[in-house]
Amino acid sequence: MSDQSMHSPVVSSALIPAMAPPADVWPGPVTWMKKNLFSTPSSGALTICFILLAVWLLQHFLSFAIFNAVWSGGRDSCRANGEGACWPFIAEKFDYLRYGAYPVSERWRVDLAEALAAILIVWFLWTKAPRRKVAALLFFLVYPVAAFVLVRGVAFLNLPVIDTTLWGGLLITLLMSIVGIVFSLPIGVILALGRRSELPFVKAVCVTFIEVVRGVPFITVLFMANFMMPLFVPDYLTPDRLLRPLIAIALFSSAYMAEVVRAGLQAIPKSQYEAANALGISYFSMMRLIVLPQALTIVIPSIVSTFIGLFKDTTLVAIVGIADFLRAVETARVDPSWAGPTISSTGYLFAGLVYWGFCFGMSRYSQSMERQLARGHKS
Amino acid sequence: MSDLSLPAPSRRSLSLHDTKVRGVFYQLLLAGCLLALALGIGMQTASNMRVRGIPLSLDFWGEAAGFDINQTLIPYDALSTYGQAFWVGVVNTLYVSFLAILLATLLGFVIGVARLSPNWIVSKVATAYVELVRNVPLLLQLLFWYNAVLKPLPSPKASIAIPGGIYLNNRGLIIPEIHLHPGAGLVGLAFVAAISCCVAFWFRARSVQRRTGKQLPVLLVSLATLIGFPLVVFLAAGEPVSFVAPQLRGFNFQGGHQLYPEFAALLIGLSVYTGSYIAEIVRSGIQAVPKGQSEAAYALGLAPGKTLRLVVVPQALRIIIPPLTSQYLNLIKNSSLAVFIGYPDLVQIFAGTVLNQTGAAVQVMAITLSVYLVISLATSLAMNACNRHFAIVER
Repeated sequence: MSDQSMHSPVVSSALIPAMAPPADVWPGPVTWMKKNLFSTPSSGALTICFILLAVWLLQHFLSFAIFNAVWSGGRDSCRANGEGACWPFIAEKFDYLRYGAYPVSERWRVDLAEALAAILIVWFLWTKAPRRKVAALLFFLVYPVAAFVLVRGVAFLNLPVIDTTLWGGLLITLLMSIVGIVFSLPIGVILALGRRSELPFVKAVCVTFIEVVRGVPFITVLFMANFMMPLFVPDYLTPDRLLRPLIAIALFSSAYMAEVVRAGLQAIPKSQYEAANALGISYFSMMRLIVLPQALTIVIPSIVSTFIGLFKDTTLVAIVGIADFLRAVETARVDPSWAGPTISSTGYLFAGLVYWGFCFGMSRYSQSMERQLARGHKS
Repeated sequence: MSDLSLPAPSRRSLSLHDTKVRGVFYQLLLAGCLLALALGIGMQTASNMRVRGIPLSLDFWGEAAGFDINQTLIPYDALSTYGQAFWVGVVNTLYVSFLAILLATLLGFVIGVARLSPNWIVSKVATAYVELVRNVPLLLQLLFWYNAVLKPLPSPKASIAIPGGIYLNNRGLIIPEIHLHPGAGLVGLAFVAAISCCVAFWFRARSVQRRTGKQLPVLLVSLATLIGFPLVVFLAAGEPVSFVAPQLRGFNFQGGHQLYPEFAALLIGLSVYTGSYIAEIVRSGIQAVPKGQSEAAYALGLAPGKTLRLVVVPQALRIIIPPLTSQYLNLIKNSSLAVFIGYPDLVQIFAGTVLNQTGAAVQVMAITLSVYLVISLATSLAMNACNRHFAIVER
């Protein structure tokens, strides 16, 4: 191709130097701000307003909670400071907020029970842990008995019985939520199976229970448990004042749990049921071995969300005179010996941080679980 | 292959291996257990109530209640009956729930859209709001609004005066009273007429746009009619409506309408809390609309606001409405937390005071539960009708 090797006058022989990348393409703080904060004049105005708002809120919060707060000293330094939180108040009331009036010498039992619950829950929820089924069995069957023995006490095991009127604080909140989940999940599964049953009477009973309980406020269920349960049974069977709200919370959350489980059951392809039927597997074995393991796995995120709701709802037991964590904060904040301008706000801030920590942690777990399940389905 | 055929169906056996027989057996068993439970509880309850002298009738309904309620929308005083107290409670529950639903929906839609804003800081602030509010119990928020925000406000003597004759103090927000003079009805009529004119104009504008594509200035004309016409009538009729500012007399204000702190705390708490849930519903609803829809709208030259309003939100509504319904139901049920801060709702008045005074636990609880069930059912029906309106028309 000799004619092509000849240089044509219109073709440049030198290489054209590479051009700089167009502006606004290269990632950099200025470009990022232009794109995400000041893309249009109105967006820019919004940005400035929201930055001012955020700075104002953060500044108020930080100055109240940290910079202007009283960190050491006693009641008088709190009373003198009307600007910031009073942390010595929380420090002094901390044990009361955790255990209520539970005897000091026996508090290790509560700690132990809570630690056991924490270990079992982490073991069960951490997806990479070995033998998670064992954890589940321990948590749902063995743990309630162990916790009862530990926290309430059994005389012949040398653990003195602690009257439930002495229980209080975070202990009650955790007790309510753990009892709620331990009982509501199995009852919820039974109700959900009943609701999808082909037996008309069974179905009607389950639907009625679920819909009635979901249609009324939790407070009225608590009222009912408190006022009417003693009427339902002979005097010698009257449930303990702590047991009544526990029964209420278990029944109430089982109706919500039933709807969550039902969603899982509906998501299982019909072919799974048909295949099991074709193999001649009985109804209960089919549910136990094939349907429920799949259905419950799908709905773990929703179960956790329902549990968050249950955890927040435990605050309402104060209405029937149970001193849960929030109630303990309320009692502590009106303590006249600590009266001060910021005691209430400090108490609420601390309670908010505790509840927020628990709920946010759980919702993060639920979200990560959701992502994990979504990945599993794609592959 | 004949040996594999099923046994002749004529031979009906009543064995427990037959699924149908077993089904009937299980149901009979369940029915028997439930019946025994109900009978046992019923008989025990009846005898317990006899022993304790608890009334088993609704006779208390017509008796004088003897307690006062500070916030009522319907006539009530200490001489009224328990039945009237019940209705005050129902109306108060519905009133606060209705207002809170409006506010929460507004807040939820704004925050939900803000979470999807391309503006980084706007979306982060909205996210922070949602994550903060959703993870703190509603009761704690109510107590915070009531005890830490509204109660420490200054006493009536040192009220915060807001221009326009409005005062804010620890007894609530006091706004000027509206006094109606003869001829005020005319202004009201003018207002109704203005609304009907606006609706008619809106229909006309829609049909004009469908026929010709021309857009009439609906918003401008509506605003002008809504404000202008009643104003003209108001002036023509000799200003028959006047506002009387509240006056400080002694330790409290005289005259004026009072917005009680209990009501305000409940309204704020419910709206803020439910608003965060609605925001999440709105966000996921909007995200579920395919991106191609908004891209197509942009390609047709629609502005972002119009794209959202005319293209994205109507489609998102189909996904939003069912979970929105359950949030509304939750809000109505959560309004019963009023009992903690002393707002006289159904639970506080009826399941609280009336139950304590009469001791008629069974009747009172049954009535309270039925009211909530009826409200829930009615809301579900209304929202289902709304859902049908927005549902996709299947061909």
